[in-house]
Amino acid sequence: MAQEIRNYTMNFGPQHPAAHGVLRLVLEMDGETIVRADPHIGLLHRGTEKLAESKPFNQSIGYMDRLDYVSMMCNEHAYVRAIENLLGIAAPERAQYIRTMFDEITRILNHLMWVGSNALDLGAMAVFLYAFREREELMDVYEAVSGARMHATYYRPGGVYRDLPDHMSQYRESPWHKGKDLKRLNSWREGSMLDYLDAFTDDFPKKVDEYEELLTGNRIWKQRTVGIGVISPEQAQAWGMTGAMLRGSGVAWDLRKKQPYAKYAEMDFDIPVGVNGDCYDRYLVRVEEMRQANRIIKQCVKWLKANPGPVMVENYKVAPPKRAEMKESMEALIHHFKLFTEGYGVPAGETYAAVEAPKGEFGCYLVSDGANKPFRVHLRAPGFAHLSSIDAIVRGHLLADVVAMIGTYDLVFGEVDR
Amino acid sequence: MTDTQKTSLAERLAARFGDTLKISVVRNETTAELAAADLLAVATALRDEPGFRFGELVDLCGVDYLGYGQNEWDTSDVSWTGFSRGVEGEAVGRFDWADRPRDVNRPRRFASVMHLLSIEHNQRLRLRVFCEDDSLPLVPSVCGIWPGVNWFERESFDLYGIIYDGHPDLRRILTDYGFVGHPFRKDFPLIGNVEVRYDPEQQRVVYEPVTSVVPRVLVPRVIRDDADLMQAKAEAADDWRRN
Repeated sequence: MAQEIRNYTMNFGPQHPAAHGVLRLVLEMDGETIVRADPHIGLLHRGTEKLAESKPFNQSIGYMDRLDYVSMMCNEHAYVRAIENLLGIAAPERAQYIRTMFDEITRILNHLMWVGSNALDLGAMAVFLYAFREREELMDVYEAVSGARMHATYYRPGGVYRDLPDHMSQYRESPWHKGKDLKRLNSWREGSMLDYLDAFTDDFPKKVDEYEELLTGNRIWKQRTVGIGVISPEQAQAWGMTGAMLRGSGVAWDLRKKQPYAKYAEMDFDIPVGVNGDCYDRYLVRVEEMRQANRIIKQCVKWLKANPGPVMVENYKVAPPKRAEMKESMEALIHHFKLFTEGYGVPAGETYAAVEAPKGEFGCYLVSDGANKPFRVHLRAPGFAHLSSIDAIVRGHLLADVVAMIGTYDLVFGEVDR
Repeated sequence: MTDTQKTSLAERLAARFGDTLKISVVRNETTAELAAADLLAVATALRDEPGFRFGELVDLCGVDYLGYGQNEWDTSDVSWTGFSRGVEGEAVGRFDWADRPRDVNRPRRFASVMHLLSIEHNQRLRLRVFCEDDSLPLVPSVCGIWPGVNWFERESFDLYGIIYDGHPDLRRILTDYGFVGHPFRKDFPLIGNVEVRYDPEQQRVVYEPVTSVVPRVLVPRVIRDDADLMQAKAEAADDWRRN
């Protein structure tokens, strides 16, 4: 008996393992084909921009970590750069190198999270476990430098909070880690943080080979990603796409090359570009970006080892004076008091500062009226622009491809909802 | 290099659009201010003409200029009332509805600010459109020119109440279903107007006026002329130890 099947509506999320957080997707379906996709976002809206208006400039740096909570320091970088633009100050060279290095560490952290969770969405469990192994190693670096594994609040207008530590924390002996095992775990951690990173960068390309071994030639992986979610270069531009989404479609646009900031102009690295603009190409682009990030880290480590120096500007209107100096100098004490009770005034004006965050262009539009708090902060999150295109891209695909598409957008709702 | 590279973006804009745009260049960032009526024609030209080719609209956001340049801290009679009590009404963080910020100096409150990017010429441009009417802020939608702006305009509508004329689907996007008001307006209190809790008697979530949070300002908003960065150097030279 023939039966007529009409269109029906399906609710995807907000609590769904493949929704990458709190995405509610209302899908209108014809059988298993998507007719219309209507994402409902804002379930993680915390009003970061309004909160920032009520606080002195420096107190909002910590909020930036919590936007895109898998690429923390890149968000800080955009905000801090916007303030520096208006103040007309530049961080010392060593601080610029540290920022470049940590931006790339963050990129690897982000892409590891992405490759792991995307593979998990599409049914490959193992990659997730491997990716988190290396993430842990890099989060130790975050912890060593800032005290926090994720939400570092490390960048400051005028530099970074403090210089790199000269030792890494080591594993202690326990019933689970002892003898030879303990020695192996601590073998990278004998020297300074830079030595540790040096060892990491030597080791990491092999690890990327492992992920590629699991995915790149994998028949199931290719069946789920090749030819899925094809975005043409024109479409990508019209939809305001940036980062790997744009490069996956063959547009060689990268702010690190085209509008270099920090020390990217002095770095030697390549920009991977896709050909077909499908999910598989974007996967390849991101994997190659990890290798390039590794190269940049290695160059930064080499420079930082050779060139000690200040990591913060010597301007007490912006940067707190040294503790020891406060004990002797009345001026320093006053500066310290004013800085931490009132903050600093930023000259009136407006600016837009963007960085190439792992997900795309993360921008900060800052309006100041001369006060010690921003008048308006707008944070341009790449994921927000990307997700808005899902209806146009996903129409006519199957339900399972929506999962692949959400994965390839590299969505994090901290930044989409802000 | 093409001839577009020889002249600056501001010069080319002035030559092409004349008085339609009010152009300023600060710190290598070009800003063009224009009337809402001219927006669609200018935007189309900016996207399509070979000298501009702003193929990507990177960002759009609303700005509420209410209270721009106003202190939150009355310094004239603060010395005998103390630091924290110096915070007057007219503030973002705490106010009764009666003394919400008011601005008589600025004729227009709301602006829609766009950031354009030309990948071809590696250039950025900021467009600012002020809304003529504060009570009904209206700006034409550029959704037909850059489809990617759809959500950005929805966000600006949601948070600032700016209405984008011609937008295909102008719904709220970030706030809750059934939200009342536009939370990023300067006269919307930071703590909000309503809070929710689960009512065990009615066995559902209920909305009530905010009582669990007390509005307060920890650091008042101040604008100081002497907080100049250059002054830090002069003060350092004045330091008694070095004299």
